[in-house]
Amino acid sequence: MNDAGRNAMQFRDPARAAQMASLLERLVGEIGREPVSVMHVCGSHEQAIARFGLRAIFPRALEVIMGPGCPVCVTDMPEVDEAVALAEDGIRIATYGDMLRVPGTARSLADAQAAGAKVDVVYSVTQAQQLAAKLDEELVFFASGFETTAVATAAVLLGSPPPNFSILSAHKYIPPVMEIVAEMPHTRVEGFLAAGHAATITGCAIFERFVERHRIPVVVAGFEPLDILAGLAKLLELVRDRRPEVANMYPRCVTREGNRRAQEVLWKVFRPVGGRWRGIAHVPNGNLRLRDEFARFDARRRFKIDVSRLWDYAPPSLAHSCICGDIMAGIASPSSCSLFGKQCEPDNPVGACMVSTEGTCRIWHQYGGQLDLRDKDERA
Amino acid sequence: MCLGVPGKVLTVDGSVATVDFFGVRRDVRLDIVDEPVEPGDYVMNHVGFAIRRIPPAEVKETLALYEQLLAAISSEDLLAADIRGEIAATREKK
Repeated sequence: MNDAGRNAMQFRDPARAAQMASLLERLVGEIGREPVSVMHVCGSHEQAIARFGLRAIFPRALEVIMGPGCPVCVTDMPEVDEAVALAEDGIRIATYGDMLRVPGTARSLADAQAAGAKVDVVYSVTQAQQLAAKLDEELVFFASGFETTAVATAAVLLGSPPPNFSILSAHKYIPPVMEIVAEMPHTRVEGFLAAGHAATITGCAIFERFVERHRIPVVVAGFEPLDILAGLAKLLELVRDRRPEVANMYPRCVTREGNRRAQEVLWKVFRPVGGRWRGIAHVPNGNLRLRDEFARFDARRRFKIDVSRLWDYAPPSLAHSCICGDIMAGIASPSSCSLFGKQCEPDNPVGACMVSTEGTCRIWHQYGGQLDLRDKDERA
Repeated sequence: MCLGVPGKVLTVDGSVATVDFFGVRRDVRLDIVDEPVEPGDYVMNHVGFAIRRIPPAEVKETLALYEQLLAAISSEDLLAADIRGEIAATREKK
């Protein structure tokens, strides 16, 4: 076990954590069915659950599934293909580090870079813009991330970006994909834990219509181990009482209305359109694309992107056995994947969930490979 | 990437604030924060932008997680790496 794994059980307040654990146990008992399955949609939640070893103290009958909460992982192959095609046409691409190795239909951006294409890693859209300002050539920022990150991209476009700067948007919008998961025929999800910082922007009121329509409770939670445990306890309470409601357990960052100014910035620049999320489905309104007013900064409209030549190559054969999609839909876990930790590792990923530091497989691999200690007990 | 990073505002110059992140001084943009921000306030930041002024009563609780994670020595810690990435996403002080 690595350092992170060894330190996994360190809580700031072990006594309260133990209290929360027995509260969860009691609530699951009162629900009286098993398993009780809830889903979170945030890579940082999964990192915290893994980092602090929370699954070891969850009740045996409680299943906490990571859904499509990793924006890099749900970036679809044709979106990667667009970036690769641009790079291979000699256009300079800047993007977040995690996007480099996400497999496209035939190649990743890292492959293109190794073959001589100009690909730069940046930590933020602002850095990409600054880089463009220093250059005499076109620079395309391959933008990924959920609404929280898309706001930053929007704010940069509302400033005065240099004329050689444009955006290839793979930004995604979380609320619509929750509808998709809730409507999947085999879904077992009885409640959602919503990501604290996405809700900082959107406000928790955004989930009210979802709750009304699907009769599934949503609890907004923070990232402290105790925040997550408290969020889960609230969620189980709502499941037990059959109260489909929205609860805000992260009031220090989240309000009902959210950050109005950020919402204005976001929707001034982006519009939601339907599109495929890798491994999940076509998600109506799930993709964020630039509005017509910003067409001059839209790489899709500025360049003629020809991805067809990439499609002549067969996808790598191992990808056929990749179950990233099922993992993100919550119907499989990394430990049920035949590639996990064998042919598919962080240094040599087959699926996108092993690429991104927010992907379920990458997180489980990093923190010891088998995070659900309860499964281990069962097998023993 | 969803975690963000809290920091203490040292100075405000128009729509840019100089913020102290656990001893590192960087510039962040204030374009999208929805409350006036003053020196001494704590703000939650994501990819170089302040997204929320943290209510003063909540600051201590918010910082605790980060202090605990940054104290971790393991370079493999994904959450700690995320926090360092968020700090790197802000601008070098001019």
